[in-house]
Amino acid sequence: MRPARSAGIIGYGAYVPRFRLPGKEISRVWTEGNTPPPVAEKSVPGLDEDVITMAIEAARNALARAGTAPAEIRAVWVGSESHPYAVKPSSSVVGEAIGASPNLLAADWEFACKAGSEAMQAAIGMVGSGMIRYALAIGMDTAQGRPGDALEYTAGAGGGAFLIGPAEDALAVIEASYSYATDTPDFWRRDHAQYPSHGQRFTGEPAYFRHVTHAARALLEGTGAQPADFRFAVFHQPNPKFPQRAAAMLGFTKEQIQAGMLSPQIGNTYAGSALIGLTAVLDQAAPGDRILVVSFGSGAGSDAFQLTATEKLLERRSRAPRTTDYISRRKEIDYGVYARFRGKLKM
Amino acid sequence: MDITRHWRLRRQRYALEGERCVHCREYIFPPRDICPHCGEEAGPLHTMSGQGEVYSFTVVHDPPTGYEAQAPYAVALVKLAEGPLITAQLTDVDAADIKIGMPVEMVTRRLRTDGPEGVIQYGYKFRPHLAVS
Repeated sequence: MRPARSAGIIGYGAYVPRFRLPGKEISRVWTEGNTPPPVAEKSVPGLDEDVITMAIEAARNALARAGTAPAEIRAVWVGSESHPYAVKPSSSVVGEAIGASPNLLAADWEFACKAGSEAMQAAIGMVGSGMIRYALAIGMDTAQGRPGDALEYTAGAGGGAFLIGPAEDALAVIEASYSYATDTPDFWRRDHAQYPSHGQRFTGEPAYFRHVTHAARALLEGTGAQPADFRFAVFHQPNPKFPQRAAAMLGFTKEQIQAGMLSPQIGNTYAGSALIGLTAVLDQAAPGDRILVVSFGSGAGSDAFQLTATEKLLERRSRAPRTTDYISRRKEIDYGVYARFRGKLKM
Repeated sequence: MDITRHWRLRRQRYALEGERCVHCREYIFPPRDICPHCGEEAGPLHTMSGQGEVYSFTVVHDPPTGYEAQAPYAVALVKLAEGPLITAQLTDVDAADIKIGMPVEMVTRRLRTDGPEGVIQYGYKFRPHLAVS
């Protein structure tokens, strides 16, 4: 898919909370230490953090890099599966906090782990049609992990924000995108349910791998690009193994996915996962580098993007904290503190 | 909890929107009718940079009603880079690491909630300046 006018990323920003819960701590509590954790640790939001506060900080970082006046932004979209309210938009709070209100299209997006990339697709469409000049697309989550479940090891917190605007002012031009979705019930959370449920092994082959590889292959077929043409690739990271295998299936090397591979350190940030991977890549990319990003959301679908970094990346990169600045700011907590922070104690 | 009051003050609470006096050029926070520095009419609005330093602080172990969920927490007098001295919670810092004169920056965080079904109040807090590579 290509818009009528080419669009790109004007500014980007990441956010990861300060707290880390080691995987071995979860293993200690639930399996006497007998389960090898899939990730070293995961990020945990503090008591005063949620998707709204985290989205605000990522958005401020994106605006600092872009140098765009907030009043010029006409859409603020927040994709998440952890919106603090069931009814009342996260996006209107974010829009107000960054100064984009009131001449604003504000909405929350929901599609499991690809709600943020879905917002990016829509932003490309509105900017690319000429309806608006700037749209802010955010993917952010404070993922819910059922105590003792396999997903508790990885359900992390974090995400990224992208200001989408005209390609001529972009630090990375979005050359093309593709979306692929089917009704595949691999992972879900019912209304009022505190924790999600999942289909165990069904989450792999018919869900993650099918959608990620279909979206990526269709995009590359459309643009004529080969895996070797890319310096970086980012795939949604429910754990470290899935993106590694998807990369191998598509012909991408470990070196290509290394820079955007954050799940070993922060876990799966759900709607933030592919997007924060892209922020880490943009922290390293050089002008001319081509980047592939493929998200995955359960239920199920994938959005794929082909980008090329421009010279503008070099001057804007240092205007905000890098993704690694947030990742290296860490305070380890134990399961008891984690239980308090995540509201798992009933009093 | 007073929804209307918080709504009126949302710009100052979310983003430190104050004023810069058109007469004496001093910065004012929160916004008010009369400039406390020169006594003339205050304004226009000016959004503060969010940078400042800890002027003094204490740690609250016995919080007032509505603030129990996040206790214990530190409350500081923060001297903004623009001059005004404001009261705010500190966050993302262990109490033992807080120092007078410590550089801090504004972040927007959850202040309190009106029970599990009420509104969530967001507002400014300050955290140690994030180390940037």
